[in-house]
Amino acid sequence: MSARLWHIASNTFREAVRDRVLYNLVAFAILLSGAAILVGQISISIEKLVVINLGLTTVSLFGVVIAIFVGIGLVSKEIEKRTLYTVLSRPVRRWEFIVGKFFGLAGTLVVNTFFMAIGVFVALFYVAHKFTRPDALIFVALYFIILEFLIICALALLFSSFSTPLLSAVFAFSLFVIGTYADDLRAFAGMTTGITRWITSGLAYVVPNFSAFNVISAVAHGEPLSTVLILHNTIYALFYSGLALSGAVLVFEHRNLK
Amino acid sequence: MAAIEILGLEKTYLAGFWRNRPKRALFPLQLTVEDGEIFGFLGPNGAGKTTTLKLLMGLVFPTAGSARILGHAWIDPEVKAQIGFLPEQPYFYDYLTAHELLNYYAQLSGVAANQRKRRIDEVLVRVGLTDVAGVQLRKFSKGMLQRAGIAQAILHDPKLIFLDEPMSGLDPIGRREVRDLIQELKAQGKTVFFSTHILSDAEALCDRVAIIHQGQLRGVGAVQELTSSVQGKIEVTWYGTQIPSAIKALGAECHSTGEITRVALNENQQDAAIDALRRDRLRLISITPLRTSLEAYFVEKLQCAETSAGAKA
Repeated sequence: MSARLWHIASNTFREAVRDRVLYNLVAFAILLSGAAILVGQISISIEKLVVINLGLTTVSLFGVVIAIFVGIGLVSKEIEKRTLYTVLSRPVRRWEFIVGKFFGLAGTLVVNTFFMAIGVFVALFYVAHKFTRPDALIFVALYFIILEFLIICALALLFSSFSTPLLSAVFAFSLFVIGTYADDLRAFAGMTTGITRWITSGLAYVVPNFSAFNVISAVAHGEPLSTVLILHNTIYALFYSGLALSGAVLVFEHRNLK
Repeated sequence: MAAIEILGLEKTYLAGFWRNRPKRALFPLQLTVEDGEIFGFLGPNGAGKTTTLKLLMGLVFPTAGSARILGHAWIDPEVKAQIGFLPEQPYFYDYLTAHELLNYYAQLSGVAANQRKRRIDEVLVRVGLTDVAGVQLRKFSKGMLQRAGIAQAILHDPKLIFLDEPMSGLDPIGRREVRDLIQELKAQGKTVFFSTHILSDAEALCDRVAIIHQGQLRGVGAVQELTSSVQGKIEVTWYGTQIPSAIKALGAECHSTGEITRVALNENQQDAAIDALRRDRLRLISITPLRTSLEAYFVEKLQCAETSAGAKA
């Protein structure tokens, strides 16, 4: 990684911290501790299931919201406020700026997820009083959530490189929703014929397949996850986010900063 | 070697919903700025000054033409390590302190880690922000932001500095300090290219100026040459408010300010005026040739442009 890229990434991380993005951790802590106390009192033997499901879903949702809402402003805000002028008038390549921003936001989300993961394990220990071997699968679920964030960050940056923040948010959120149901879309494509089949199949393979990353329920039930799935998801996330990031770089390289 | 060679740079934007209405922001521009000079780029608001600077900084891409900066292609990122840029009405990352901002820019400019602190401290002193180095920029006034902007432009000791309206937002003392700074940069052998619509600043500072209006270059030349074209007139001043009848007879209008009176005359009336003052025992203060001011030159160029545009229409 070039030194400039690293400096841009660390400045992006600092911006997120100073703009109080990590304050969401407080809301998360309140939600999770409240839920842990509540399920500890009302449920019988499904406390772990509830805490894991609720905890990981919240980690995912909070992260997606941060990825979209911070991601869409990463480029447009710099253009609008003209802070970009004094950056690009230095020996900084445009691609370094985009990739640096991506790593900065991804880093923010990893740190955010790390602290939330601690919260999930604390809540889990509170309701179960011990950890068991299948609980280690939570790490895999968290890893998949982070891979999901990488894709969303790259998509938000891609939209942010050519569109307004509002439209970028709409595009990114729509893709997230459609991608969450990508498996259903593929199943639907299988049931259709002719041109509809071509279109729906094409769409199903173009949108990010977030459903493959959602193993929260399986992890909560202690079901094993295959190494092949981990490998496939890793390759898929790196490929998809790389593609979206390349698109963002391509657009930004030719953009006039009026 | 010329510090800047602009070789027919032009910019046309496509306006309208379908981007089918071409709007020319800059007509092909030919301009050379010599090494070590202070060059003023003058024009009214919306003339194309900022577009030219953005083109040179690689922030917008030209429709045609090219440029060379310090002997290299203007799009070469490495040449940017040797230039400083202050945008018009700069806005910076307001969550950073002035020191953090300069440190970030020093990192991006490739200032060696062991020199960063010294350079930052030096420029903070130079622009008078030492006392607020630890304050977040969101608490800065417009003038303080302008000073921070100047600091980031000279931070990495560039050979060539582009300043877009550097006096904007500054109080009289701040303006004076910026003027001193620009002259100091010239004394250090640096080239300064600055855009402004404040003609007195340009007249006081620049070696040469170019005038741009409606995206077209209207004139370029040394300030001394532009302002030294004698109009064949002289100004005579003397003590007292008494006006000799012989001077009155020349038909010129006299103006008295306090105890001093002045009159503008044709050069061939000089001897008659001196004789008249001597006869009336009035004390002559000065006889000076009347020069064209930069403002007069500027207005003339703009009027020429408007007249020719009107004729075409």
